Amino acid sequence: MIITGSTEIPGQHSPLGRRNPVAKLGAAFIPAIVLLAGVDPVSSGIVVAAALASVPAWGLRWTDLIRRGWPLGLAITSIALGNTIFTGRKGGAVLVDLGPLLITSESMAAGATTGLRFAAIVLPGMLAVLTIDPVDLADSLVRHLRVPPRFAYGSLAALRLAPLLATEWEVLGRARRARGLEAGRNPVAALRLFGGKLFALLVGAVRRGTHLAVAMDARGFDARGPRTCARESRFTRADAALLLVSAGVVALAVTLAVGTGTWTSSLR
Amino acid sequence: MGVDAASAVDVSPTPPARVRLRGWGWRYAGRRDWACRGVDLDIEPGERVLLVGPSGAGKSTLLRAVAGLLDPESAAEHEGEVLVDGHPAATMRGRIGMLLQDPEASLVMSRAGDDVAFGLENAGVPGDEIWPRVRAALEHVGFPYGLDRSTAALSGGEQQRLALAGALVRRPSVLLLDEPTANLDPAGTSLVLDAITTALRPTEPRNEASGPLGTPNVSGTTLLMIEHRVDLAAGLADRVVVVEPGGGVVEDGPPAEVFARRGAALAQAGVWVPDPWSPPMPDWQRGPGGPVRLRATHVSRTYPRAITPALRPANIELTAGQATCVTGPNGSGKSTLATILAGLVRPDTGGSFLADLPHRPLHRWRAQQLCRRVGTVFQDPEHQFLAPTVHEELLLGPRRAGLDTSVTQRRVGELLDRLRLDRLAGANPYTLSGGEKRRLSVATALATAPDVIVLDEPTFGQDARTWRELVELCRTLRDDGATLLSVTHDTAFAAALADQHIAVHDGTATPVGPPQPVPTRDRSGL
Repeated sequence: MIITGSTEIPGQHSPLGRRNPVAKLGAAFIPAIVLLAGVDPVSSGIVVAAALASVPAWGLRWTDLIRRGWPLGLAITSIALGNTIFTGRKGGAVLVDLGPLLITSESMAAGATTGLRFAAIVLPGMLAVLTIDPVDLADSLVRHLRVPPRFAYGSLAALRLAPLLATEWEVLGRARRARGLEAGRNPVAALRLFGGKLFALLVGAVRRGTHLAVAMDARGFDARGPRTCARESRFTRADAALLLVSAGVVALAVTLAVGTGTWTSSLR
Repeated sequence: MGVDAASAVDVSPTPPARVRLRGWGWRYAGRRDWACRGVDLDIEPGERVLLVGPSGAGKSTLLRAVAGLLDPESAAEHEGEVLVDGHPAATMRGRIGMLLQDPEASLVMSRAGDDVAFGLENAGVPGDEIWPRVRAALEHVGFPYGLDRSTAALSGGEQQRLALAGALVRRPSVLLLDEPTANLDPAGTSLVLDAITTALRPTEPRNEASGPLGTPNVSGTTLLMIEHRVDLAAGLADRVVVVEPGGGVVEDGPPAEVFARRGAALAQAGVWVPDPWSPPMPDWQRGPGGPVRLRATHVSRTYPRAITPALRPANIELTAGQATCVTGPNGSGKSTLATILAGLVRPDTGGSFLADLPHRPLHRWRAQQLCRRVGTVFQDPEHQFLAPTVHEELLLGPRRAGLDTSVTQRRVGELLDRLRLDRLAGANPYTLSGGEKRRLSVATALATAPDVIVLDEPTFGQDARTWRELVELCRTLRDDGATLLSVTHDTAFAAALADQHIAVHDGTATPVGPPQPVPTRDRSGL
């Protein structure tokens, strides 16, 4: 999940990509919350399959998904591997036995299930986040969920400053080198240098933030009267349908899991 | 506020307002001195006032007071009153437009149109009225792109034009300009000053039938501005008011009269006084020259994910006792060239070498060794500050470089004297004024006695006095045999100093006139 200053958000003309941001986030939250309650391969598998099948409808290309989602892929893989190795369930056929490292068919299944569950929880959210324009999100949060504008648009303005901080970080590194400061291979020096750079970055960020707040108030952001919105944020039937379909898929997934007897509640 | 602002912007242009300050003073919490005190000032509706004074005279504070943006809780003490059309300024916010110094920190939204609309949304203007007014405002300031243009893709000057549209779209009765060009290069400065001039020009009489959606007519808007380059902005004003630190208004009248009476004193205090009254610029003098000291061969760089190279292969030679100025538009690659020459950035190809150590490129040197031979002064002095006091800041480089302590102490003492920092030795670098920070950042680069000195926009945002000091200092260093390389937009600085010019355009560096004391062997670029 990388947010840049660019206004190029993919999928703004696709059937799911142009849904209201609140509907997208809602549709992603339903499976996440339900799947927190249970651990099983069937329900998670169905949600993951449905999410993957819907990728083209979000207007996302597979390459976009891989380019921006690889850290999550890495997290899913490492969670699955970690659980395979450290699970307490070591029944079934022995696949690998290297002293302390014992992998059996049962531990493989446990690892895969955990990885699949994590994927089912985060993948829908990723699809939503990748296709949400931050401005639309702020608009619809304010309009449909009554989030205070001061918070929503304030965060939006702060987001604009993020790429500036990245540039600043590089300059700070060069400035330190010019002053004779460089960590080289010394980890203690590296830590101190990092701390110093972070402090300088924060000083700059706070100052910029203060200026930004003044600039916003100079344009009446702190006015107490009713605020209008220049962009329309509509919650249409299609948005409601997206929520219903998401709920439907999750209901089907849980029903099948319970029906096949694999559903294990994690709430005890 | 919502009601009054909404009804005020719905009807045809708001009439210009009268601004009145009476015995006004402000002291910030935690400060001993008053930022402003005893200010009495009357500005008639439609007047255009340029506020002039040395740095530290409280000009920005005064402007914020008129904007109603000063929070009484941030003051230790305040006195007197600031009235806009007879009402306290804080209650008149909907009728005041303001343009601030840093365009990066003035824009709120990621798309140009949304950003201009922001001020109308806050005022509660109905949605269907917003877009025609936004378009008119953008046209009014000569914004060349569409509503969807990403604000991050704009140059500083364009961003500031956009911010001006964002202020004008609210149809202010008073327009306040707080050093709107201080963060811009010369091209951006003229872009913004042109836009302000155009915006203030009276528009044709409005057709009643056009209703509330016409152009944001600001003809006759009351204007109060501060501008770092007084010489460039004086033409916009019909009245100049001079304030002094803690002394209130000391001079007031038409520009020509005020500068004739007080021009010399203002120039002495560092104000950029406009031309007939400003002291003459220093003449160009040739440096002594000497043997080649730094040689860059075939250096180039392309940033990750960039489509075009930031710097195409270039060959540069710098000699001892020579000052070189690198010029070119923003984003042309001149800073990339300078940071590569200084050994701070690794080039993709080639390397920058000292002539006496031609086997190891500077970017591979350890920082402790590099700072002993090459000193770099960054555009923003704060980026370089590392120590809690000025004195320790100067000791840090020599210590890193492992230089002899007694020699270092003597040298640091000399630098403190020479750059007028001696009385500030115990102060925290972050608390210094702009000119002091600049002098300190130059001093830190000189503390290790490097023989190559690279300066990135050394005169940027400096007052006239610091500017002259920098020219003098650079000349002295060069005449003592140092190799100087300055990246600069400042043509006057280059004219006073440069023995060699390098023009950078779209990543191609080309040495150009004036007559070279030392002929360059390689034509760089191709």
